[in-house]
Amino acid sequence: MSQFAINLLFVGASFALYIGIAIWSRAGSTKDFYVAGGGVHPVTNGMATAADWMSAASFISMAGLLASGGYANSTFLMGWTGGYVILAMLLAPYLRKFGKFTVPDFIGDRFYSSTARLVAVICLVVASVTYVIGQMTGAGVAFSRFLEVSNTLGIWIAALIVFLYAVFGGMKGITYTQVAQYVVLIIAYTIPAVFISLQLTNNPIPMFGMFSTHAESGVPLLQKLDDVVNALGFRDYTADVDNKLNMTLFTLSLMVGTAGLPHVIIRFFTVPRVADARWSAGWALVFIALLYVTAPAVGSMARLNLMTTVYPDMAGQVENYDEAATNPIRYEERPDWIRTWEETGLIEFEDMNDDGRIQFYNDGNEDFADTEEERGWEGSELNVNNDILVLANPEIANLPGWVIGLIAAGGIAAALSTAAGLLLAISSAISHDLIRNMINPNISEKGEMLAARISMAGSILVATYLGLNPPGFAAQTVALAFGIAGASLFPALMMGIFSKRVNNKGAVAGMLAGLLATLLYIFTYLGWFFIPETNMLPNTPEHWMLGISPLSFGAVGAVINFTVAFLVANVTEEPPQEIQDLVESVRSPKGAGAATGH
Amino acid sequence: MADDKTNADAYWKANIRLITGCLIVWALVSYGFAILLRPLLSGIPVGGTDLGFWFAQQGSILTFIGIIFFYAWKMNRLDKKFGLGE
Repeated sequence: MSQFAINLLFVGASFALYIGIAIWSRAGSTKDFYVAGGGVHPVTNGMATAADWMSAASFISMAGLLASGGYANSTFLMGWTGGYVILAMLLAPYLRKFGKFTVPDFIGDRFYSSTARLVAVICLVVASVTYVIGQMTGAGVAFSRFLEVSNTLGIWIAALIVFLYAVFGGMKGITYTQVAQYVVLIIAYTIPAVFISLQLTNNPIPMFGMFSTHAESGVPLLQKLDDVVNALGFRDYTADVDNKLNMTLFTLSLMVGTAGLPHVIIRFFTVPRVADARWSAGWALVFIALLYVTAPAVGSMARLNLMTTVYPDMAGQVENYDEAATNPIRYEERPDWIRTWEETGLIEFEDMNDDGRIQFYNDGNEDFADTEEERGWEGSELNVNNDILVLANPEIANLPGWVIGLIAAGGIAAALSTAAGLLLAISSAISHDLIRNMINPNISEKGEMLAARISMAGSILVATYLGLNPPGFAAQTVALAFGIAGASLFPALMMGIFSKRVNNKGAVAGMLAGLLATLLYIFTYLGWFFIPETNMLPNTPEHWMLGISPLSFGAVGAVINFTVAFLVANVTEEPPQEIQDLVESVRSPKGAGAATGH
Repeated sequence: MADDKTNADAYWKANIRLITGCLIVWALVSYGFAILLRPLLSGIPVGGTDLGFWFAQQGSILTFIGIIFFYAWKMNRLDKKFGLGE
């Protein structure tokens, strides 16, 4: 069977599964559509949350980020998991107790203000739309690489599949497909990782293999990796970072952003009880961690594999790294997987010094310039896109064709499950918060159901269009989506629960201040509305205020939000008694009942 | 009514105390051991590197899981103790 046929079989089988679930789980009421009927088991919800959360970026890009950045990119690992601790203790149980369908529902009711509701809807839509574009383009890449269809067709196929289960099944269809997608993606991620770990360290568990001995050289794997990259002018893989303030704030921004992202929060509205929301957050993190503790192993091992492929003399016990570095492989003798990926343009080779060999090193390192000249090197000749490391892993490790088919299905599952969750958050904000709560409060249950389905279909079309024509902000998911969620939504939700004193004026002022400060800081360095060349300062560390990168500013935005909200609330009137009673009631788990729209 | 209120206040205070404790551990393993205190822990070797690196890439995530389950378990007991369970 050809590789193409195997890939088609795996992806086709996973699609058949998703469509089967879509037919089985049609939504019969708005409660089914928004919160899957409210009776999802906490472990099931944990698994669905993990798939909802782990996007194309987690599946495809994160190991590559770790491989290239080493220790410095640990921020993503800690940020994207630590957010669940805050979610479990500070938001999920109380919002579940509040018992309505959407995030703006809580902000609008708790701050008795349609302005607050509207600001929340806008933040939700901007953050989620930014996020969903990446999922559509990610699915397009996976389709075009594995199924030999054009990117455009790939995006349309992805949209059609999501349409089938999200429009008919709503949250109910999404929940059960996400469970299936989680299983597909975790198997796809783990199997190649186990084999690579076995090959490099004889340890079948990647998270342990990473910290054990590299079999071929007898040196600890991470020390081996440090030695190898060091000889080529790169920073040590495990090197500490100098700018600790920025690393801390970046991690914090990712954490509060994670906790404030509406598509994650609404998953906790589907469990029956408040206690289940807490357990469910724990289970979600267990399922997420299965991938997240494997990712650093995949990253470090893939980096070592890549380096020793180019410099075979560095693989075993090395007496002299300088000497080993002078003997890279001939371009003619490169392995098949490099040839395969060259066709996609994601690996590029240019023989700068015409010696027929591949020199791959850090040509931007000034301290390395002398060595460079000594060795007769005239620039790094290999360009490797970070995103291919996970996708190319089975080929690098010489694994059978079915593993490649599995990776294809896994990458697509990761993109689709996150896309569906985001689309539900967007469409419920439109049909429930905008249409039912603000425009037409007298809409019937049936009317709202129809509105929800139409909003979902419309959101899918918009996401597809933006996936096909990605705007400038599409690449800024981390800055924009996490910045907005962290600086605007998270503080408002938290104050709504933990303070009885913050009133409508304080909340609106705080949300707007956090949002505007964050956007202003991002636009200063990345361009107004991300239009290239309109940035007022160059986006380099020496121009950042106190060394804080625009990606790390969400945490500062959150502090501004809290401060402004408390100041404004303290000089204006107290919230009315019924609001203070509402706060009392969300704090107590008693009598939660299922989520309702009323 | 007054008793209900006192009871609810005591429950909430206990919850805040628990959250504070959990957040201290949460911050210590991530911002502490993995980032700011990494140089202090550089003398403790772990598999070819140091303890701070291990916390940054594995230890913090494992601790986070422990914190959430500990919190959920403690809160279940608090819910029962204050009669606020479902």
